[in-house]
Amino acid sequence: MRSLKERIIAVFFSLNGITAILILLGIFYLLLSGSFLAWRDIGFFDFLFGRTWNPTGFHSASYGILPLVMSTLMVTAGATVIAVPLGVACAAYLAEVASPWEREIVKPVIEMLAGVPSVVIGFFGLVVLNRLIARTFSLSNGLNALNGAVLLALMALPTIISIAEDALTMVPTEYKEASLALGANRWQTLRLVIFPAAASGVSAAIMLGIGRAIGETMTVIMATGNAIAWPRSMFQSVRTMTATIAIELGEVAYNTTHYYALFAVGFVLFAITFLVNLSADLFLQRSSEVTRR
Amino acid sequence: MRKTMYLFVLGLILVAMLTGVGCTRQAAPPAPPANGGNQPAPEMEGGFFEIKGSDSEVNLVQALVEAFAAVNDKAEFSVTGGGSGTGIAALINRQTDIAMSSRPMKPEEIQQAKEKGVEPVPIVFAFDGLAVIVNEKNPVNELTIEQVGKIFSGEITNWKQVGGPDLNISLYGRQSTSGTYVFFRETVVKADYSPAMQMMPGTSQIVEGVRQDASGIGYAAIGYVKNAAGIRTVNLAAKEGDPYISPLDDDKVFGGEYPLTRPLFQYLNGKPQGAIKQLMQFQLSKEGQDIVVKQGFLPVTPHYVQENEKYLK
Repeated sequence: MRSLKERIIAVFFSLNGITAILILLGIFYLLLSGSFLAWRDIGFFDFLFGRTWNPTGFHSASYGILPLVMSTLMVTAGATVIAVPLGVACAAYLAEVASPWEREIVKPVIEMLAGVPSVVIGFFGLVVLNRLIARTFSLSNGLNALNGAVLLALMALPTIISIAEDALTMVPTEYKEASLALGANRWQTLRLVIFPAAASGVSAAIMLGIGRAIGETMTVIMATGNAIAWPRSMFQSVRTMTATIAIELGEVAYNTTHYYALFAVGFVLFAITFLVNLSADLFLQRSSEVTRR
Repeated sequence: MRKTMYLFVLGLILVAMLTGVGCTRQAAPPAPPANGGNQPAPEMEGGFFEIKGSDSEVNLVQALVEAFAAVNDKAEFSVTGGGSGTGIAALINRQTDIAMSSRPMKPEEIQQAKEKGVEPVPIVFAFDGLAVIVNEKNPVNELTIEQVGKIFSGEITNWKQVGGPDLNISLYGRQSTSGTYVFFRETVVKADYSPAMQMMPGTSQIVEGVRQDASGIGYAAIGYVKNAAGIRTVNLAAKEGDPYISPLDDDKVFGGEYPLTRPLFQYLNGKPQGAIKQLMQFQLSKEGQDIVVKQGFLPVTPHYVQENEKYLK
């Protein structure tokens, strides 16, 4: 009787797990089948290495994804450069230096930052950061890759801080005690003992933060200007892959080359985020092995 | 400590949600009996309808629908934006009853609609003037349509080429879902937009962008920019030698002298019936057209009054 009940429950849970995998496979199939139709019309290499994206051109359409990939990489790399030092330092402070009551206040507040809707952050970029960047760098306007990078850094910070802090606090106290007993000061302990022990967890935090930044849409639509010109610097308006899909999918006529080309953009985006998340997973796995030992 | 804090926040959210639900319930009282029961009421058809599309039309149609509620309170309409292309795509996929569009449907869109068994019927219910806007600090006051086209195609890149300061021009336009984007390209630019143009997700973002950018230029429906602070409208001439006309000069705009006007469409699926037909007739009535003018748009021209007749008989 009891074993029957247990078996039913086991089947129920494995069904739940399988559903999630099926949905993922379904999305993968949908994107890939649409992408093949696009590549048949455009040509795989013209799509991947074309330097112009203008499907609604006045004379002719062009579907080169390279400027979109470049834009996404520029904005994400910018966000990483800003968010990683800040996030890791903040996590180290919370884990090792802050008093318990400081931690009780700061951590929930940071986690609340994750709950600010992306459209609100985008509005902040359009109205406040726009002007700030324009003045600081004496540009005509601040709707550019840098604006997007700062905003995405803001959005990736909560993820990085909270996961990195968890990784740092999970390092066994014996390590720290041993290090201090050997005469190392707190900075040496943090730098030479705790960080190496938590390295894979911290790396996972960074990768997950980057993953969040790559997929973000509304914020970059509002803050980066979305011009389709080839992105040459951080001070230029850029158009990311997510923004392109969101902007163009609303108006595109169904079952046309343009429609399928957007699926192909989605597929490339999916592949990139998949790789980032996969590497985060691998790091996390290593970190749990380290702490178990 | 953490836990209690979370519980507290959760509680707050719950309370907010509950009161929110309560509010919407209170806000929708049961419909009062029509006409007090004395006079025989004219036949009013009820129903719930979706109207979707052009961002330039959203505010106007919302005002018309609200006024229409005084005539027929049985029919409910939900009005949402997204751009003309979005509305037309929704009509083709039967996701909306009325598509607002600031451009005519393209032949391939009509073809697609027919393949899906949708019969698009255009009703022109208002006209719209498009204003070209610059930052209030910009001294350039007059441009010809050709100059504006060259600025947006990237052929003219510095304000000094059109009599302004030595400043590189930054372009603000809509994204390709917008009917205004298409209309402006077909009638003014007549080529591809410059790839350096910033594509903003809405008209108010264009206004915001130009407001903050001394070298900016953008376009927007006249109704949008009448009272906007921090920007100026540019007087336009159809060609070199013609008089320059301000989009804020109501007499000249209504008189048809302003060079940038366009018809505003509502696309329906088949000849309208019931409440939708009543709404169309209301919009084109004296009362409806007065609202159109009050919202800063232009009334329908006689040519389109005749065109509409075909579908509303």
